Amino acid sequence: MEMDQRIDPLFRPLTKDNQAAQVITRPSLSNWQQVIRKLVKNKLAMLGLFIILFLVVMALIGPLLVPYSHSDQSLLDRNKEISAEHWFGTDELGRDMFARTWYGARISLTIGVVAALIDLVIGVTVGGIAGYMAGRGKKGDRIDNLIMRVIEILYGLPYLLVVILLMVVMEPGILTIIIALSATGWVGMARLVRGQILQLKNQEFIMAAQVLGAKFSRILLKHLIPNTFGVIIVNLTFTIPSAIFAESFLSFLGLGVQAPAASWGTMTNDAMGVILTGDWWRLFFPGLMISLTMFAFNVFGDGLQDALDPRLRD
Amino acid sequence: MKEHLLSIENLKVNFKTYGGEVQAVRGVTFHVEKGETVAIVGESGCGKSVTAQAIMGLIPNPPGRIVDGKVVFEGTEISKLPKKELLGIRGTQIGMVFQDPMTALNPTMKVGAQIVEGFVRSQKVSREEAKKRAIEMLRLVGIPDPEQRVDQYPHQFSGGMRQRVVIAIALACNPKLVIADEPTTALDVTIQAQILDLLKQLQEEQELAVVIITHDLGVVAEIAHRMVVMYAGMVVETGTVEEVFANPRHPYTWGLMRSLPRLDESEKQRLVPIEGAPPDLFNPPAGCAFAARCDFAMEICKQQMPPTTTFGEGHEAVCWLHDERAPRIDELVAAGRQDS
Amino acid sequence: MSNYLLKRVLMMFLTLWIIVTLTFSLMHAIPGNPFASESDQLPEQILANLRAKYHLDEPLPVQYFMYLKNLVSLDLGPSIKSDSRNVNDMIADGFSASAWLGGQAIVVALIFGVLFGIIAALNRNRALDYIAMALAVLGVAVPSFILAPLLINYLAIKLPLFPVATWGTWMHTVLPSLALAFGPIAIITRYMRASMIEVMNQNYIRTAEAKGIPTVLIVIKHGIRNAILPVVTFLGPLIASLITGTFVVEKIFAIPGIGKYFVDGIFNRDYPVILGTTIFYSAILIVTIFLIDIAYSLIDPRIRLTKKEG
Repeated sequence: MEMDQRIDPLFRPLTKDNQAAQVITRPSLSNWQQVIRKLVKNKLAMLGLFIILFLVVMALIGPLLVPYSHSDQSLLDRNKEISAEHWFGTDELGRDMFARTWYGARISLTIGVVAALIDLVIGVTVGGIAGYMAGRGKKGDRIDNLIMRVIEILYGLPYLLVVILLMVVMEPGILTIIIALSATGWVGMARLVRGQILQLKNQEFIMAAQVLGAKFSRILLKHLIPNTFGVIIVNLTFTIPSAIFAESFLSFLGLGVQAPAASWGTMTNDAMGVILTGDWWRLFFPGLMISLTMFAFNVFGDGLQDALDPRLRD
Repeated sequence: MKEHLLSIENLKVNFKTYGGEVQAVRGVTFHVEKGETVAIVGESGCGKSVTAQAIMGLIPNPPGRIVDGKVVFEGTEISKLPKKELLGIRGTQIGMVFQDPMTALNPTMKVGAQIVEGFVRSQKVSREEAKKRAIEMLRLVGIPDPEQRVDQYPHQFSGGMRQRVVIAIALACNPKLVIADEPTTALDVTIQAQILDLLKQLQEEQELAVVIITHDLGVVAEIAHRMVVMYAGMVVETGTVEEVFANPRHPYTWGLMRSLPRLDESEKQRLVPIEGAPPDLFNPPAGCAFAARCDFAMEICKQQMPPTTTFGEGHEAVCWLHDERAPRIDELVAAGRQDS
Repeated sequence: MSNYLLKRVLMMFLTLWIIVTLTFSLMHAIPGNPFASESDQLPEQILANLRAKYHLDEPLPVQYFMYLKNLVSLDLGPSIKSDSRNVNDMIADGFSASAWLGGQAIVVALIFGVLFGIIAALNRNRALDYIAMALAVLGVAVPSFILAPLLINYLAIKLPLFPVATWGTWMHTVLPSLALAFGPIAIITRYMRASMIEVMNQNYIRTAEAKGIPTVLIVIKHGIRNAILPVVTFLGPLIASLITGTFVVEKIFAIPGIGKYFVDGIFNRDYPVILGTTIFYSAILIVTIFLIDIAYSLIDPRIRLTKKEG
């Protein structure tokens, strides 16, 4: 260009190609990568996850670490404080508390996980049907309405009261507890899933997908499930501890697991009799395990919830 | 030196985020005279709303803080006032109108009570007087049946009506200055015109000074006397509305003008967008922030902050093109850069 | 409005009827008979007399309608196991203790939960917030049946500050109420904190700030009323869990409340007692939820009792 000779080099116009107008500075991560990155950064949630893993591992190997079973009685070793032989002490029948605690962990965790999974399956199915049917003509609305009425009535009942009544009627045992817990436990999940689907259905990106001619199966697979998935997972991390709590509660009332089987709840209940004698380990270990489980699942669930919330993403 | 009603000098505001500190406002200077309307114009994220919040002392802290500069209102440096004295100025001396009337009102409080809440505090009036004032204010902002409306809740009002209520709140204590942050952005076009008319009328009747924040040059032309064009946390051009519209001096202002549809243009002219996006304010560029998007950018623009050039009548622009060493703009245009 | 209320009241009775029917069927679906434990000792003739006395020899539908008929006149029937007592007496007997315990726990939970939630929200990510949240996590993690023995051990036995194992003065109510309220305090704190943080970020709070209202007044006049709404909606399930909570707390502290009769009824397989107390609890809960709905509409002017919410 001819004008270049007479102007200060600093004032030489820039050509377009040495301008970088639109540079995206941050690498883009996939949704799940972001969620996991955020979750890993959350120390409390990671502590929760660590405790959960620890409890699971101990439930698997704990009872194998000592030469006693959860039901071996020994009249010579009654009410022993913690020692090298009995790491968590013994109870009034001389049963080893360490073996009992981790045997109880198996029962409690199994009940919690199985009941939560049953809740998940029933809840997602029922909630999904209701959410899908709502707004699909008169018939669809009627089905949704019917499901919602049932859910409403079940939701209005005190959860544990219903479980107690069912436990009274059925033969005691682990299976009974799981059935009783799942009989009303799915309601929360169903409400949640239905609400999510209804909310998503009205959202513009779903309408956009419909307008663009996406098939229902594609909408379900690409939009509805991924967008509901997070909420369901979070809910699962809260239904597991609440099922474990319910089991302990029932066992504490004497309605849950029956001897010779033991759970943290029955062990807590057994400890009530010796509260005045100062045998602190009787309450301490099962109580600690229940509290640790509740703590771990709750903080992990909280962390997961935060990590999945796009509004809280940095 | 003549005392301005409001003057802002070299204001700098930073926000702490996870990614680092964002320099949202990077040295803004302008002033407002008594009874005049000044528009702050710029695209989203240019720091215009933050500037408005800084005037009111409403920067949420943390994460935000005023790093440097001052806000002087009627000779008092209000950016340094203790909270208690600042409360005496907010509402009573300076009122504020917010962008979204749907969320700016408390849903569980009667409209009348919200209007006179500040008034009751500063004037210590009785219940009846307060209600009378609320009705008076509703009438002033053109809400029909104010006697009934005063006891209703926000959800019983339409969007436009709510914005009138928000304006009534701002005016309830007869302030000298009203800051309106995008007061019409969230409204329908017909309602927008009504609200602007109302603001203009109130400004004239009450001899108010108004700072209106907008990205809409139509709004500026409608009601402002002077305008301040902001880009990436800095002022790039100020002047009277007539001057700036007639002789814009900054390439960014040119871009804004060219991206505005005109009804009086007889031939079909394409709207020209400003290509690119504003710079990252975590690490703002050393030179002119607009350089990366500017059709007339020069080597120096990338390296050094441009100086302020005055064109008389308070018309100023911050651009290297007005340096005597720079090539003449018409030459550049002739060289075909504008449409490149 | 009155139309809506009428509908609601009808719905309440319908729900209660469904609960009565379900519970009744459940209780009578049990295999074996309520006198199973006595049947070894008692001669057949006496057993037959007993069955006749409690109308257990009638066909089930007849028993059901008789039960409903008595229920309408608020008669919950006789207990099978404790002679000469009927369920009405038991509920009347236990009501004052249970209501006092439950009521006190709700009030304590609401006051402290809301207070802690507000304090945590206003001091977000500072020491007070962390303390409140730690307390909230603890409240979720430690169930009442673990907290209660700890309280007894430390605050009644090791440090004899409070009496236990009897029921009479207000001092007796402190530990059980605390044990019962601890979990709800934690939950309300969490809800209130989240809700308060959201409300304090709303635009109308900024409007109030722009009016020159001091922060304390903004929190009181604009913050709390809006933030408390989600907490109010949560009160229904909370009271339900409180009712079940009284079962263990009454058991641990040996409080002569309805919960104790209920739990005893379960162990004695005393079906009229289980049935009667369940119906009583359900009725209390249904009425409470109704009252909560009314309270909600008073706090939130957007909700008027004219139509049913979605």
